[in-house]
Amino acid sequence: MNRIDARYAELRGAGRIGLIPFVTAGDPSPDLLVPTMQALVAAGADLIELGVPFSDPMADGPVIQHASERAVARGVGIALILDRVAAFRRDDAATPVILMGYLNPIEIYGWARFARDAAAAGVDGVLLVDCPVEEADRAAPLAQAGLHQIFLVAPTTTPERLGGVTARAQGFLYLVSFAGVTGANRLDTGEIAQRIAAIRRATEVPIAVGFGVRDAASAAAIGAAGADAVVVGSALVERLAGAADAAEVAARIDECLAPIRRALDAAPRDPS
Amino acid sequence: MPSTDSRRLPDARGHFGDFGGSYVAETLMVPLAELAAAYEAARNDPAFVAEFERDLKYYVGRPSPIYHAERLSRKVGGAQILLKREDLNHTGAHKINNTIGQALLARRMGKRRIIAETGAGQHGVATATVCARLGLDCVVYMGAVDVERQAINVYRMKLLGAEVVPVTSGSKTLKDALNEAMRDWVTHVADTFYIIGTVAGPHPYPMMVRDFNAVVGREARAQMLEGYGRLPDALVACVGGGSNAIGLFHAFLGDADVRIVGAEAAGDGIASGRHAASLAAGRPGILHGNRTYVLCDDNGQIIETHSISAGLDYPGVGPEHAWLKDSGRAEYVGITDEEALAAFHELARSEGILAALESSHAIAQGIKLARELPSDALVLVNLSGRGDKDVHTIAAREGISLT
Repeated sequence: MNRIDARYAELRGAGRIGLIPFVTAGDPSPDLLVPTMQALVAAGADLIELGVPFSDPMADGPVIQHASERAVARGVGIALILDRVAAFRRDDAATPVILMGYLNPIEIYGWARFARDAAAAGVDGVLLVDCPVEEADRAAPLAQAGLHQIFLVAPTTTPERLGGVTARAQGFLYLVSFAGVTGANRLDTGEIAQRIAAIRRATEVPIAVGFGVRDAASAAAIGAAGADAVVVGSALVERLAGAADAAEVAARIDECLAPIRRALDAAPRDPS
Repeated sequence: MPSTDSRRLPDARGHFGDFGGSYVAETLMVPLAELAAAYEAARNDPAFVAEFERDLKYYVGRPSPIYHAERLSRKVGGAQILLKREDLNHTGAHKINNTIGQALLARRMGKRRIIAETGAGQHGVATATVCARLGLDCVVYMGAVDVERQAINVYRMKLLGAEVVPVTSGSKTLKDALNEAMRDWVTHVADTFYIIGTVAGPHPYPMMVRDFNAVVGREARAQMLEGYGRLPDALVACVGGGSNAIGLFHAFLGDADVRIVGAEAAGDGIASGRHAASLAAGRPGILHGNRTYVLCDDNGQIIETHSISAGLDYPGVGPEHAWLKDSGRAEYVGITDEEALAAFHELARSEGILAALESSHAIAQGIKLARELPSDALVLVNLSGRGDKDVHTIAAREGISLT
């Protein structure tokens, strides 16, 4: 069983809302990536999203753009990230790891080679920001290697399109909370609740909500809106920038995630 | 071997073989589908087509002539060099063909806010121009480095009522301006129309921008038959994103006897690594919403390009050119900064025409090609823009102070 499916089954069984932190791999430093992942788990992460840095992150706001630029400048690429994921896996066999990024680095690495190496390193899923379902046949080697391809649902996704997305959904669906780039602050929880309900009618696949979740209050509101999990990205990436060592990374992660974790655990759950 | 009938491409999802497509975030898929549907309806609407053609005639000044560069041809001593004079269009380049088409489409879709990216500023000026005429709000994204390099065009856009936003992310040039325009579009998608300036981006842009510029080749083909009684032996155009080139090439794709050559920016030379020759020296990848040839490193990171011509300084290229390269219908060669400058001077002195530095790459390749051909051969070069905007760059390069 894919670790993503196992983890969502656990969360549902326990009636908990999942916490998915996103960090840009290689920022603040490639050497701190494994300690960063370990600290995320210690702070209550249920799944981990690692951003694969790209020179032209069209869907990202300034915080993740700049983290990505710094990581690119450090030469961080897929091979290095997979090496660190494999190192993380030696001590953690359970926490799902999802790579999130853009297509070009994989196109250049090669799809078959990427799928094989990522699965071998212990990656569980891949979210390709610029790969809508229409173009997803390119990514067929992922499924053949046992990796889940995670798809986005956006505020602009029409009911007709939603059927096409849910038909291909694996692992979970990533609901983009507003039309915009990562890190902006335009949450409308009433609207999100409606979207979650619409997706639920179409599929059983779990729903994680991302974009604009920055603190305990926004995370709790998303949880209350019915999400199975919330993604915290820019707020965390911003706080990690410039951290000097593993201790500082762990302290900043705890400072950012602990209140969110508590809020999620206290949020009222719809028993359905 | 794929079908070589490129005239029928792209397919319904914007693919030119394995190139093109819509590689964008989910948020943009519905807006792109709406755009494709609106464009499909518009191009089949005789009223829309008539208005577009009327604007091309009375506002742009079309048709642009084909001019026989006789003195240049004699000096070169080979084939006859003919110039398609897109430099004589209003705003001084082919870019206006596309911005008029897209702005009319924006108005038809009820979008009042226009955004655009620009490198050298030519597409920004052409966009600001049509927005002024149609009374649309206009925001132009421009890399901070280019804002510095192209101060006159920045001011020109402001005179036309546009807001110019300097982009400080990444390499602060054209590719980053395009990223930022996409981010604006995804944020204001309900009321905003994004006018992309070249045959790149996600479907339907490569097709739509090609169609609006294809007037160049349609005119040229008819003008050749009328004025010379036959088609040219070769076409030459410069290729950055590739909109003027595809505009000229498209009407000739089915004419198997017409050789088609694109001139890319080889900068300091391909071997130097300082160039923008995506087709000649790049590899297939995905950038700005389409699969095409890109210049990137082994980690897939897009690399900074170099050309003396800001309009060719782009690490990707329109996907239809990628297709034409792989199918063998067109060939793409590199022209260095030095060669383009030499061609600029040659044309200025022998014909009294200051060509844009972009177009000077095509002139240089046209001269090379003419040398190899007999004197009764005809080489048609797209003179895609005028060079007034480049006189400061050329002066600075040659150590001349104008102040």
